[in-house]
Amino acid sequence: MYRLWASAYKEFLLLTRDFGGLAILFLMPLLLVITITIIQDGTFKTLKETKIPILMVDLDKGDVSKNIHENLITSGQFEVAMRTDEKMVQELVQNGEYQLAIVIPENLSNDLNLKVSENVEGILEKFSMEEENIPMVKSKLEPKVVKLYFDPATQFSFRNTIKSGIDQMVSKIESQTIYKAFQEELTDDPSEQIFDTEAFIKFTEIVPGGGTEKAMIPSSTQHNIPAWTLFAIFFIILPLSINMVKEKNQGTFIRLRTSPVSYATVLGGKTVVFIIVALIQFALMLLVGVYLFPLIDLPELDVSGKLPLLFFVAFFAGLAAVGLGLLLGTVAKSQEQSAPFGATFVVILAALGGVWVPVFAMPRFMQALSNISPMNWGLNAFYDVFLRNVGLKELLPEITLLFLFFISTTVISIVYNERKNAV
Amino acid sequence: MIKINQLSKKYKGAEDYSVHNLDLTIEKGEIFGLLGPNGAGKTTLISMLSSLSKPSSGSFSIDGLNFQRNKSELKKLIGIVPQEYALYPSLTAYENLQYFGSMYGLKGALLKENIVGHLEILGLSAFADKKIANFSGGMKRRINLIASILHTPKVLFLDEPTVGVDVQSKNVIINYLKKLNANGTTILYTSHHLNEAEHFCTRVAIIDLGNIVCKGEPQTLIARQKDAKNLEDIFLDRTGKALRDYV
Repeated sequence: MYRLWASAYKEFLLLTRDFGGLAILFLMPLLLVITITIIQDGTFKTLKETKIPILMVDLDKGDVSKNIHENLITSGQFEVAMRTDEKMVQELVQNGEYQLAIVIPENLSNDLNLKVSENVEGILEKFSMEEENIPMVKSKLEPKVVKLYFDPATQFSFRNTIKSGIDQMVSKIESQTIYKAFQEELTDDPSEQIFDTEAFIKFTEIVPGGGTEKAMIPSSTQHNIPAWTLFAIFFIILPLSINMVKEKNQGTFIRLRTSPVSYATVLGGKTVVFIIVALIQFALMLLVGVYLFPLIDLPELDVSGKLPLLFFVAFFAGLAAVGLGLLLGTVAKSQEQSAPFGATFVVILAALGGVWVPVFAMPRFMQALSNISPMNWGLNAFYDVFLRNVGLKELLPEITLLFLFFISTTVISIVYNERKNAV
Repeated sequence: MIKINQLSKKYKGAEDYSVHNLDLTIEKGEIFGLLGPNGAGKTTLISMLSSLSKPSSGSFSIDGLNFQRNKSELKKLIGIVPQEYALYPSLTAYENLQYFGSMYGLKGALLKENIVGHLEILGLSAFADKKIANFSGGMKRRINLIASILHTPKVLFLDEPTVGVDVQSKNVIINYLKKLNANGTTILYTSHHLNEAEHFCTRVAIIDLGNIVCKGEPQTLIARQKDAKNLEDIFLDRTGKALRDYV
């Protein structure tokens, strides 16, 4: 035990002597979580609050295009600039000066009205008792295409959101045109309201199990802090593995191998210190979420009543990260091996873990891989505490996996070290 | 004290043995010099004796302890001064010694007393709280030595302990090693400084191509060889004048 504490004290000294490294270890994750949250919150606000400048070419000049234009403006999402030349707007979007251009085709209003009128008349005819009615000749109208030009640099999710918004708007206009056509056929009095055109089906977002008003909709902070904190915690593998590779290169590891001290004790000393680092990192992240975010107009992190469980999860996530760092440090022969591999591997684990793309949205094969990513176990455990308000019992499966990961990586490190040195 | 029996080492992928069927006995209280050209097998032999490398065949024992059966007990008996400065540059001299001493189970007043005493003898007391990174080569060599003897080993392995140091530091190191030997520490030492070995060692062995080509007291070896004035003449006679570059 004495040797373990002596090892831990040495690790503490090594870490604190490298002030620059220490600052990077604590400040960079904070910078990361602040930047990501601002960006994600900004994206959310962009779609909800900030207006996106777009171009519109109205080749229709009718009611429908007028309606689309009004709807775009009243949606509050867009700042619409009208243009006349389709080729020109295509170039402006292609060059990235605008993210989107909408081109309304010629005769859209006329053709839509004609199509709807024909359909309405056709329906009414079926109900008509006059048998001597001459069957209607339907005009052969081609479906109209509203063209959307997107800047190639815009992301898939942004394009999908916009497309779905415009689709909704066009559907609404179409259904209103149908209502209007019926109205005109059924009554000569334009003030008479035959149809209630307000949407009958509405939806509301409710988080199951959220008892309080505050728990209803989780904020971007509530999503970002756990995900990016976990990402930062796993980045511990970089300084840890570099520290171990340095020991090999400095020759101090040779001295340790000839001393009556086990490799497990050497690793134990490192584990103690780097776990403390992980927990300090986590505490700083929480402090930033709770106190700094509201000051910079970001949603406040809600940790009320969750702190013990959060630190419990952070401890085991830290253990898993340390185990991985120990293994990398044991196997790597140089910093050129450990640093790029460690950094890339953490990014891969984060991707697999669902830090960027939710696991349910991944292909099946990647979902299966995700199940063996410690970052996925950690993230699920954090979400369980932050967003699902679960208790200790529900966390046990993920905590057990994280702990087993630490044990197995440490055992592999010890066995590998024994075998490698038995040459 | 050290009994080596038919010890061999062949590294993975190597064509030749680094050490081949080597037999050697080093008595308690000896200062034994292991001399040889580059790649002769000196460091490999010390690596095996200090548990850094596993022999391919053969065996050895130190103070009656077999290397396979008593590995951890054996580690307590020995001290190794590696060729490189095996120290943490960002820690002070005291912190380095405190850590390495504690790995041998030394603690509290005894550890402190040992560190302070050795620093005093090797002229480094004033630099105890200075970081190793700022030390000269000679100072690092002395700290490297202290880190290996804090636990008072019965056997001390030294791999080129005076390489790259000034004359003053070399003098202090050699004198202190003699003092340790006088207090009962058996020393196995490798060096390319043949003049130093000639005066320092009670016995030497010249090793080449993994085996001992001659051994004995330096003065006896010199006297026995016709026209030999010093150990270097013996060395060149037994190992030849061809360059020994290897990778």
